[in-house]
This record gives sequence, structure tokens and C-alpha cells, in this order.
Amino acid sequence: MSTARDEILRRIAAAHTAAPPPPLAYADIERGYLTGGEATGEALAEVLVDRLRDYKALVRRVERTQLPAAVAAALTARGVARLVVPDGLPPAWLAETTVDVLRDGEGHRLGVDDLDGADGVLTGCAVAMAETGTLVLDASPDQGRRALTLVPDYHLCVVLPESVCDDVPAGLARLDVTRPLTWVSGPSATSDIELERVEGVHGPRTLEVIVVHDTQD
Amino acid sequence: MSPTTGPVLLGMPGRPTTSPRGVGNLRGEETFPQAARHALADAQLRRNLGHATATIRAKRAAVVAERPDWEELREAGRQLKVHTMAHLPDYLVQLEAAVTARGGVVHWARDATEANQIVTALVQATGAAEVVKVKSMATAEIGLNEALEAAGIAAYETDLAELIVQLGHDKPSHILVPAIHRNRAEIRQIFLSEMGDVDPALTDDPAVLAGAARLHLRRKFLSAKVAISGANFGVAETGTLAVVESEGNGRMCLTLPETLITVMGIEKVVPRAQDLEVFLQLLPRSSTGERMNPYTSMWTGVTPGDGPQAFHLVLLDNGRTAVLSDAHGRDALNCIRCSACLNVCPVYERAGGHAYGSVYPGPIGAILSPQLTGIEDNASLPYASTLCGACYDACPVKIDIPTILVHLRAEHTEAHAREHKVPSPESLAMKAAAYVMGNPRRWTLALRSARLGRLLGRRRGVIGPVPVPVAQQWTGTRDIPQPPQQSFRDWWAGEHRPVAAARPSGEPGPAPRTEPDRRGQDRGAGS
Repeated sequence: MSTARDEILRRIAAAHTAAPPPPLAYADIERGYLTGGEATGEALAEVLVDRLRDYKALVRRVERTQLPAAVAAALTARGVARLVVPDGLPPAWLAETTVDVLRDGEGHRLGVDDLDGADGVLTGCAVAMAETGTLVLDASPDQGRRALTLVPDYHLCVVLPESVCDDVPAGLARLDVTRPLTWVSGPSATSDIELERVEGVHGPRTLEVIVVHDTQD
Repeated sequence: MSPTTGPVLLGMPGRPTTSPRGVGNLRGEETFPQAARHALADAQLRRNLGHATATIRAKRAAVVAERPDWEELREAGRQLKVHTMAHLPDYLVQLEAAVTARGGVVHWARDATEANQIVTALVQATGAAEVVKVKSMATAEIGLNEALEAAGIAAYETDLAELIVQLGHDKPSHILVPAIHRNRAEIRQIFLSEMGDVDPALTDDPAVLAGAARLHLRRKFLSAKVAISGANFGVAETGTLAVVESEGNGRMCLTLPETLITVMGIEKVVPRAQDLEVFLQLLPRSSTGERMNPYTSMWTGVTPGDGPQAFHLVLLDNGRTAVLSDAHGRDALNCIRCSACLNVCPVYERAGGHAYGSVYPGPIGAILSPQLTGIEDNASLPYASTLCGACYDACPVKIDIPTILVHLRAEHTEAHAREHKVPSPESLAMKAAAYVMGNPRRWTLALRSARLGRLLGRRRGVIGPVPVPVAQQWTGTRDIPQPPQQSFRDWWAGEHRPVAAARPSGEPGPAPRTEPDRRGQDRGAGS
């Protein structure tokens, strides 16, 4: 095995000898692009909501105190009877719903068939990038392992105000990329037929997002 | 296998090792002009391509216009790639160490044959007789599906377009949308005849067709033991791999099976996690014309309790180091496989992807394929362009494709001259032209004799195919305007005869311009 490794590294060295590459240090790479905008708080949340809707996600906006009621309302509207939740989901989020809850966590992992038989999954998210309408899941306790948000056909995701940031550079800076990450921008979709976007293929066909804001005084 | 055991060859300017013949999908069976002829005769194909490329061009333009810093992003992307290629050994070794530290196993493959052997052995070791696959250019390039099939392993493509291609016993024709040459009605027919488990009432509504693919693949995903993927990016600093997709088939393959095998070209490495902020803005907008693609998965080695518990990364050369050894052509390695250059190319839009022979079609394919295989195996591709430059403008990492095309044409011409004692008809024609143009008298005579060409174009006003060797090659694909009655030089000479000879004496000043003069001028401009 190591012979192929040595051979490839030797070939690269030979290529660099034959055609010396231009010197360009990492620190000298020009990064003239924008990182983080002016918008904050409500303005940022408005951009997020606009972008989520543009990519056909369902969006509810509620005050923090209204979150449990909004969760219950969303699940009722969708007709969810069996809901998957990760162990670390804040219990208060489920305070007003009466659906059957399937918990997944260390020592009690749900099988794929359990997930496939559920009507939906409820999670939080690590970061929400407003400019692209992207939610990032990083397998934190309120999000769980990756399969939970993949197999059920309906994903209800709660975005707290502290998770909202401006754009990709701002969001990436907040993330630990060595955690398993799933970046979600709208429901699953395809452009494979005549390059027209169609929502709903293998991932959840419906993405609903509850964007929470704090009470304004 | 390699004869380079002693120090004898070190430092010698030996020929770089290109992708081997007889394996993989980098070479077509016909030259580009031959293959394009079939494509151009297919009106349905041209309609499908025209519709799809027009749609995606408009979407891309809209989301690119949203970014006031688009040019700065492109420049950052370009510089990141240039820097990475200059430090490739360091970053590959760093990537290997980081992946290994997180529980992954790294393999190195010199070429397609070796990569196929490694992957086949890894699948066999799991005991699985079938694998699910995420769309991957690298595995299409090396012909992995064919190699697995030869070993009795069934490989199921799960990307919708790849599924359409696989079920249709067809070949991919686009980097992003391999079934771009098919319209919805054709896709419906393929599903009805090949899927087996499809509802006969299937319509050709794209949403309904996507639903049929979901049903068809669902059981496969939930029961698969082994998945094979490519990678869009591999972060040297952390060992993190990233796959960018839309449908969720990527997430299924990267999450549910027990074993994951990823084949990644060595040029896909990026130095640091922060660099993804550049590429994850450039790629989706250039590729599908979206602000962000629906799903991006990132994983680092093995995470206990989440996703595959065995992870193998195969680092692939297969001619990439040969590309790197050409100072004028190596930027082709900077490609992030967005396919924007295909969608804006007037040649691709008409000829389609199959005409290029290789899995890498369009402008990027025309510079990448000949360099991966050696110019002699894809000699017609650098000529498959009008050099209009639209590809360069669209490229998110600013690869100067037209300049590389011209460089490869020159390389091909020089290689041909070296190998053939007898000069090519084209080079003879060029020598003759240089002789004629080198002297004003010879040039004037040549222009006058061109008037004979009017005999050829009498009927349509243009000269069509001329059945004479050499001229035949040129005129077979081009119409030449009928030469004018009078050349510009003759008209000029007539206009500027010495005053005494030109005008009756005693008439002062220049004569007012008359109608025949203007006609002469118009005609002269054409010569």
C-alpha cells in the first residue's frame, strides 16, 4: 500500500520540479469577499424567513413563550401521531402536545424501521444562516444523530434567536466541523429533470421551521 | 509494477504518468466531430439541451447577481486552489493523518485500475453483494461500476439523474445533471419499462417522477450495508470530508450503511475548514443556480453511534499528477465540478455531452480529459470550442479555459510534427499562406485569383463543400462567402491613382463621392 503513496508523492514532486508553481503563501490569499453583514436581530430573522420560504419550507414565527403552543399547532396541522425526538430536546418544547413521542439516545437507539414508521421528527439546530436560508445540524443533544432528521418524511426544526447569523462565513465560524454536520436548505429537492427544481425526493419532503423571537419592548 | 526502483530515473524529465488505457471512461470511441455529427442530427436532443441550459443559465445569473462580492469570491477561490496545488504533498499527508486519527483508513491509488481493485476488495471484505452509490465523478471516471459488476457486486446509483442513466442503459452527458439529454416524457418511458415496481399510471410531471424514484430506492437505502461516494472537498486541517447534494440520497448513503468508501481525486483537498466558506458560496450558485443546495453533509473519520462505523478514503491520482506537471494546463485541476462552463458553452449546448467521449464533457472536459489521458488519446477535444470565452467568465475559480485550449492545440500540433516526417496538409497550407502574405505583390495576385472562387459560389452566394483534398476537410463543416468581384486592395488602388492620371486636368479638388464609389467600398471591406 505504501508504495502507491510514495509513488504519488514522488510524481507530485516531479511535477513541481518540471513546472515550478507560483509562490503564494496561505496568509497572502486575498479574501476580499464579505463576511457578516450589518443586519442583526429582527432584520436578520426576516431575511432568514424570506429565504426559507423561497425554498419552499413552511415557516412559523413566534415569541419564545409561545414556542410550545406553536410546536403543538404544527404537529396537529400536519397530522403527526408518532414523533421522533432526540433525548436532549428541551422538555418544555413538548409541553403542549399530546402526540406519541419516540425518544432516541444512548442506550435506546431507534431502528431504521422505527424511524421510517414515524410521522415526523422535532429538533433544534446549531446555526441558521440567514443569507442562504440554511439550517445546520451538528448532532448536539437537541438535534441527535443524523439518521433522525433523514428518514422521517417531516422535519420540524426550531430556530432560536441566538442561533441566527448572517451568512456562510459567519455560520461556519461558529461550527466545529469535526462534528457530523448536515446543512439543510429547504426540503429535499432535485433539478435533475430538465433542470427545474422540484421539492421532495429522498430526504424529508416537508421542512417546517419555527423561527423564535424574543418579546420586543 | 512501477519500474522506478533505482535512483537512475530520479531527476530525469521522463514523461508524466497519465491515466491508463483500457479502463475507465475518459476516452470516447469516436473523435469529437464524428460524435457531434450524430448528436446534431437528433432534433429532440437539441431541444432538450437548449431548454435545460437556458433554464439553468437564467437561474445562475440571478443568484450570482445577488452577491456584490462575487468577483472577490472567485478570486479567493482561484488563489486557494493555486496555493493548494503548490503545496499538494503537505496537504495530502496532513489529510491522511487527520482522517486516520479520527478512525478512518486512507488508501492511495495510482490509477483507475488500482482504485477499482482497492474498492472491490473493501466491499468483498464486508461480504456485501450490493452497494448504494452517491453520484461521483471520480468513480464514473475510473469505471468503478463496471469493475464491481465484474466482481459480482451490484452497484445501485441513487442520484435521480444517475438512476435515469443507469436504468436507460445510457451514458452520462453532463457533470451535474447526467440525464440532461432526456426530457420528462423520455424519463417516464424509462421508468415504466425498467423500474419494475412502478405505477403504470405514472405521469411525466417531474414531481411524480421524483416520487417514483423515492419509492424505488427506499428499501435499498434502509437495508444497504455498504455505500460508495465521491467527495467535493477534503479538509487537510481536520480530515473532514464534504458532499454537496440536493435529493437526500447522499445523506442516506453517508449516514445509514455500516461501511462507507469514499473515492476522492487528490486535487479535492482544501487547506482549512474556513476555506469552505468560499467554495460553499461559489459552488451552489454556479452549479444549480441556488443560494445553497438543499443538503451538504460533512463527516470526519468515524463518529461513534452516528453514521458508518467503518470509513475508507481512497486518494486517486489517475493522471492528475500529469496535469500538474504542465505549467500552462495545470489550472484544469482547480475545477470544483460545478458545470457552469457546460451550460454557457455554445458548442456543448448543441453537441451535448456524449460527443466529448469522456465523463468530463464541455469546456472543462476539453481541457481536462486530454491532459489526464495524454493529448494523443483525446486529440480532437481541444478543437471542440469556438474560443468565445464564456466558460472563463462563468468559472467560479477563474480557470482560463480558452488559453489552455489554445495551449493544448499547440501541443497537439507539435506532437504531430514530431511523430510525422511528412508535414500535415494544414501545416503545408499555413506555410504556403505565410509565403503569399509575406510579399505585397504575391498577396495582390492571390486576392485577384480568389475571384475564381465566384465560380464555386454562383448558386447560393456561398461556397459549400469543395471535393478537393485539404479543402474538403475545411469546407465540409463551413460555408465560405463568395469572394467579391473586386478586392479591397484593387478598389484602393483605383481610388488613389495619381491625380493627373485619374482626373481630367483643370478640375479642382476631390470629386464628390458617387453611388458606385460607395458600392465599391462596401465590397472592398469584405475582401
